[in-house]
Amino acid sequence: MSSDKINADKTIGGLPSPLRRKLLLGMAALPAVGLLPRGALAQALPTDAVNTTKLAVTDSTVKVGILHSTTGTMAISETGSVQAEKLAIAQINEMGGVLGRKIEVIQEDGASDWPTFAEKARKLLVEDKVAAVFGCWTSASRKAVLPVFEQYNGMLYYPTFYEGLEQSKNVIYTGQEATQQILAGLDWVTKEKGAKSFFLIGSDYIWPRTSNKIARKHIEMHGQKVVGEEYFPLGHTQFNSVINKIKLTKPDVIYASVVGGSNVAFYKQLKAAGIDLNKQTLMTISVTEDEMLGIGGENIAGAYACMKYFQSLKNPNNEKFVAAFKKMWGGESVIGDVTQAGYLGPWLWKLTAEKAKSFDVDKIAAASPGIEFTGAPEGYVRVHENHHLWSKTRVGRARTDGQFDVVFETADLIEPNPFPKGYQ
Amino acid sequence: MTRTPQSLPQGRRLGRIDGDVAGILLLAALLIIVLPLGLDIFRLNMVGKYLTYAFVALGLVLCWGSAGILSLGQGIFFGIGGYCMAMFLKLEASSPEATKIQSTPGIPDFMDWNQLKELPWFWEPFHSLTFATIAVVAVPALLAFIVGLAMFKRRVGGVYFAIITQAFAAILTILIIGQQGYTGGINGITDLRTLKGWDIRTDEAKLVLYFVNAALLIGCILLCLHVRRSKLGRILVALRDKEDRVRFSGYDVANFKIFVFCFAAALSAVGGAMFTLQVGFMSPSFVGIVPSIEMVIYCAVGGRLSLLGAVYGTLLVNWAKTMLSESFPELWLFAMGALFIGVVMVFPNGLAGLYQQFIAPRLGRLLPRPASRASAPIIPPHTAAD
Repeated sequence: MSSDKINADKTIGGLPSPLRRKLLLGMAALPAVGLLPRGALAQALPTDAVNTTKLAVTDSTVKVGILHSTTGTMAISETGSVQAEKLAIAQINEMGGVLGRKIEVIQEDGASDWPTFAEKARKLLVEDKVAAVFGCWTSASRKAVLPVFEQYNGMLYYPTFYEGLEQSKNVIYTGQEATQQILAGLDWVTKEKGAKSFFLIGSDYIWPRTSNKIARKHIEMHGQKVVGEEYFPLGHTQFNSVINKIKLTKPDVIYASVVGGSNVAFYKQLKAAGIDLNKQTLMTISVTEDEMLGIGGENIAGAYACMKYFQSLKNPNNEKFVAAFKKMWGGESVIGDVTQAGYLGPWLWKLTAEKAKSFDVDKIAAASPGIEFTGAPEGYVRVHENHHLWSKTRVGRARTDGQFDVVFETADLIEPNPFPKGYQ
Repeated sequence: MTRTPQSLPQGRRLGRIDGDVAGILLLAALLIIVLPLGLDIFRLNMVGKYLTYAFVALGLVLCWGSAGILSLGQGIFFGIGGYCMAMFLKLEASSPEATKIQSTPGIPDFMDWNQLKELPWFWEPFHSLTFATIAVVAVPALLAFIVGLAMFKRRVGGVYFAIITQAFAAILTILIIGQQGYTGGINGITDLRTLKGWDIRTDEAKLVLYFVNAALLIGCILLCLHVRRSKLGRILVALRDKEDRVRFSGYDVANFKIFVFCFAAALSAVGGAMFTLQVGFMSPSFVGIVPSIEMVIYCAVGGRLSLLGAVYGTLLVNWAKTMLSESFPELWLFAMGALFIGVVMVFPNGLAGLYQQFIAPRLGRLLPRPASRASAPIIPPHTAAD
C-alpha cells in the first residue's frame, strides 16, 4: 500500500512541470481517483478495527492537531512549520487520506508561552482526542508538553533540530539531534579549511550549551583548540565585546549558535566591525533561510551553515516540494531546515498508520522504527529505533540573495544518537 | 467627605467592615460556587492559574497601594515560591526507579543532562515537604528582608527602588538560565508528577487544587484586610503620603517598609507555589522583568487601593489576554501598554475606583445602608504617577 503511493509520487515527480502542478493541486483528477479506494479502504478497515482507543476517527475522517506559536516571539519561526504541515496534510488528503480517511486539522496556538503549550496539548488530547499532533518548536515547549503526551498517551511529531538527551515512545523527532548536526560539519571545516582553533558563541539555553559541549569534545578529541566560549541571553543585541575578543583570539572558525532576533544584531555588528565572512570562516548551526530574511543576505554572505536541508537542494522531490509550497503560501516564502522537517511529520505518520493498519498510538509508536519516506525533500529518510531520523548532514554557504549554495553533504545517512557516549 | 487619602474618618469604620466583608463573600461565592459550576475542568484550571497571580496583586495592593512602594520585581518572589515547590516535586518524581535510564539515577533529569553526578547540597533539604513548604514562604521573605534592609535603611525609595527591583528580577532570570545544571535553565523544572504519592496531573487533583487555591486566596485577602485595618496599616498609608512627618513622629519608617515588602513577597510566593502545583512546572519565564510588570498591571487595572479590585483585575486582564492574544496577536502587547498608561492617567483607582465612583452610589440608593457610603479613598492622579 505505502510503496504504491510512493511510486505514484515518483511518477508525478517525473512529469513536465505544468501538468505536475495540476496533479499536485489535485485540481481535477486526484479527488475523483481518490474517492474509489477511500470507500473501499474504509470498508476493508472498519473504524472499530483501526481505532481501539476512542480517538477522533470516523469512517471518513481522522482528526489531528497542529500546535505551534502563531502569536508571540516564536511565531516568526514556527509559521513555516505550520505551513509545511498544512501542505503535507493537504497533499495527503488529495491522495485519499490515511487508511481511507480524510485528515481534519485542529490548530491551536501555543502563543510562545510554555504553560500555554501544555494547556493546549492537553486540550487536543483530552477534549479533541486527536490521533496525532504536529507541533512544538523550542525545547522548552517540548519539555512542557512531553509529560502531557506521556500521561494521555498522545503522539507528537517534533520538527526542530534539538539538543538530544531525550527519547520518548510518544514523540517522533523529525529534526536532527545534536550530533547529527555538528560532527560532520566540524570534520568538513577541519579538512576543508585546515581549522585548528574555534570560538564558540551561543544564546544561553540548553540547545546551544549542549551543542557546544559536543562540539568542544569533538574539537579537543582531534587535537584542536577552543579559544573562547561565550553565551548571551536570548534577545541580546550587544555583541561588541565578544567581537573584540574574537579579533584578539583570531580563531580559525567562529562557531555560532545564536538564535532568534539576536542573530540580526550579531551579524550586522560583525560586519560593522570589519570582519569579512569571506575571509574569516564562520560556521553556524542556527541560521536557516528563515533567519536570513531578518539578517539580510548581505550581512551574512560567505558564512557556512550546517543543516540537513536547504531550499536550494537539487533533487526532484525538493523541486516539487518548493513549487507546491510557494503555490500554497506565496512566491515570497522561503523554506528552512525546520520547515522541511515539519513537512515530514504528516507523511511519516501516514506511512506508519498504513503499516500498522491502525491509528492507535501504541501501534503507531511500535510500527515507527524502520518507516522509510522516499518522497522527502531532503532525500530519503528512515525512522530509527530511537524514534529519530537517519538523515544526511549538509553544509551550505550563505549567498547575498538569502539562499545557500550546498557545498558538502555526507555520503551516507548519519545515525541518530540522542545519548552520545563520550560526548557527555 | 473624603478630603485626602490620609484622613480616615473614624465614623466610616463600621461601614467599611460591612462593605469589605460583603465583597469578600461575593468573591468567595463566585470562586467556589459559580465558576466551578459554570466551567469545565480545563477552563477551571486556567482560572486557577490566573488566581495564583492574584496573590501577587494582593501583595502589591499593600506594598504599592497602601505604602507607596512600587516593586517591579514581584516575579522574583512568585518564581522563588514556585521553584521551592517545584524542587520538592521534582525530587519526588526523580526516584532512582523512575530515572534508571539516566547515567546517574536518582537525580533530576536536567542535572543528568548537564553531567552532574550528585544532587547539589542546596537541593538536599527539598526531599522534605515540610521544609519545602516553609521554604516557599521563608526564602522569598528572607530575600525581601535583605533587599529591603539594604534599600530602605538607606532611604532608597520611589523610582530608584522600582528600578533596583527590576534589576534584581533580571539578575535572577540570568542566574537561573545560566546555571542550568542546578536550575533546569530556560526550560525550567518540568515533568512534575506527584505530591506525596498523590498524582497532581489528574482532573480530580486539579479540581481539589483549584479549591485549595481559592480558599488560600480568600484567607490571604482576610489577612491583608487585617493588616490594613490595624494601626500598622494606618502608618503605612501615612508614610506613603508624608513620609517625613511619620519619621519626625518617632517611627522608624524603614522597618515598616521592610515589613510590608516582606509580606508582599511571601504572598507572591504562595501564589508561585500554587502555580507550580496546578500547572505542573516552573520556568524562568515567570521570574523576569516582563512578568513582574504584568503583575503590576493586574494590580493597577483592578485598583491598587482595593484588595478585591486586584483579584478582579487579575482575572480580567488574564482572561482578556487569553482571548485577545488569539484574535489580535500583534496588537495585544500594545493594548497592554495602553491599558497601563490609561490606568495611571485616566482612572488611577482602576476597576475599584470606577466601581466606587459610578456603581456604588447607585447601589447605595437601591439598598440604603452604611456600607454604601464606604468609598475607598480616591487618590488624585498626581500621586498615582509617583
